[in-house]
Amino acid sequence: MHDAITAPAQAVDFPTVAREPAWRVVARTAFPFLVVGALWELVAHLGIFPPRLFPSLEQIASAFVRLTAEGILPHHALDTVIRLLTGFALAAVAGVAIGIAMGRSRLAEDVLVPLVSIGAPIPGIAYAPLFLLWFGLGNLSAVLLVAFVSAFPIIFNTWTGVKAVKEIWVRSAQAMGADDRRLFRRVILPGALPYILTGLRLGLAQAWRILVGVEMLAAVPWGLGWLIFGAREFLNTDVILAGVAVIGIIGLALEKLVFQRIEEFTVVRWGMMT
Amino acid sequence: MSTAERSRSIWRAALALAATAAVYEAVARSGVFPPALLPTLPAVARALVSTIADGTMLAHAFHTLARVLLGFAMAIVVALPLGIMMARFRPVENFVLPLASALMPIPSLAWVPMFILWFGLGDITSILVVFYAATFPLLLNTWSGVRAVNPLWLRAAGAMGADEQALFWKVIIPGASPFIITGLRQAFLRSWIAVVGAEMLAASNWGLGWVIFDAKEFLNADVMLASLVVIGAIGFVFERLVFGSLEQVTVLRWGMVRAAKG
Repeated sequence: MHDAITAPAQAVDFPTVAREPAWRVVARTAFPFLVVGALWELVAHLGIFPPRLFPSLEQIASAFVRLTAEGILPHHALDTVIRLLTGFALAAVAGVAIGIAMGRSRLAEDVLVPLVSIGAPIPGIAYAPLFLLWFGLGNLSAVLLVAFVSAFPIIFNTWTGVKAVKEIWVRSAQAMGADDRRLFRRVILPGALPYILTGLRLGLAQAWRILVGVEMLAAVPWGLGWLIFGAREFLNTDVILAGVAVIGIIGLALEKLVFQRIEEFTVVRWGMMT
Repeated sequence: MSTAERSRSIWRAALALAATAAVYEAVARSGVFPPALLPTLPAVARALVSTIADGTMLAHAFHTLARVLLGFAMAIVVALPLGIMMARFRPVENFVLPLASALMPIPSLAWVPMFILWFGLGDITSILVVFYAATFPLLLNTWSGVRAVNPLWLRAAGAMGADEQALFWKVIIPGASPFIITGLRQAFLRSWIAVVGAEMLAASNWGLGWVIFDAKEFLNADVMLASLVVIGAIGFVFERLVFGSLEQVTVLRWGMVRAAKG
């Protein structure tokens, strides 16, 4: 009860749980990492596995610092992110356009649905060798594959979203004299937006999962996937694990910073979702 | 939709597919691209039939399926009990959730180089990558499913004298099942991607991913496209038949569909 009095605002959010002080939340979150880290260190220092294959955390951290200071790790990370965003931007433009066309026009729907449904169940990475054969090793293949893979969830969700716009909204806008353009910009687009955003989010997640693998296959000159795959040849496990950590950080940042923000800005603001 | 409209849709769909196939065939035959890169449709069909007839495609498919199912089974054995325990016991949740949230954003394929060094090329690496890919969607869905079980049901069952065991099997598991089945579906989709990628990178002579990648070296685009068809077909069968019927015998029968949609 004492806690509830000192912080009434938070007590509303968690009615069943007594409010915890901030340091306890931090400690509770850090605790599992400390346990796993300590176990890792123990195994690494006991020498159960060869140290080349099982580096200690200091080695991983020093590889991380060294590569960051030399600018190698940022360069790899930057190239990966640029590739991701280029491919994703292509997919977003094409996917939303195709999805809207499918949602608005009966003809487009009839023609495109079978084509899209045939491509969708094949996992994106399976196309990778085909793209490499057609577009060569390197950037072009990687970007096109990322675009291709992330387009499917975007198309499906945009299509569903446009079809889910309430008929009555469309009719009342028309009754109030909205022309086609205004109908589209003021009613259909905002109405379908929650679905479109879900599609974009799924597409980006899909693109991210595929991209690292594609970079390993496509032999791109720079990129995190290539970094960790190349480091394998020289048994640089410390570099691999430092690279995996960066991949995890970027993945987390994409989810937390990009999409939660967009959702807050648009959908919640327009009152489409709470 | 009226019958006339529906039959028009079917006609248009068939026409669209036929037109796409015809355009592809025309481009492939025109000789603009080398036939090794863009094989004609009959060539792809021939490659598919001949590899199925001599048993190689089936052997590859069998290896891939065995890997995916083993990894998937391991994920179920680990993630289901762990997810249920996370939802029922707070210390478990406090311990596992931060770790899971840190590991989840790392794509499973990023572990391939590390796993190759630790476990060598081949089966173990692919199975573990599948396991990694399948674990997190299953874990998180189970966890939220058990948490989402209506407390009223628990209290009602308790009031009617259900003991812990009955409560668990008769209330919690059916109540969480829509989420668990969603988790299984997502987990399988990710495993299917992971196994193909892992087979390409950690080559081991057998497996559909390996066939595609190996065919690239010899410019056998017909074999590549044939394996793509097989990969797509197996994925489709699992999604529709296996998980579809799983849903039929559990969630739909228990009358949980509304919860599944909500």
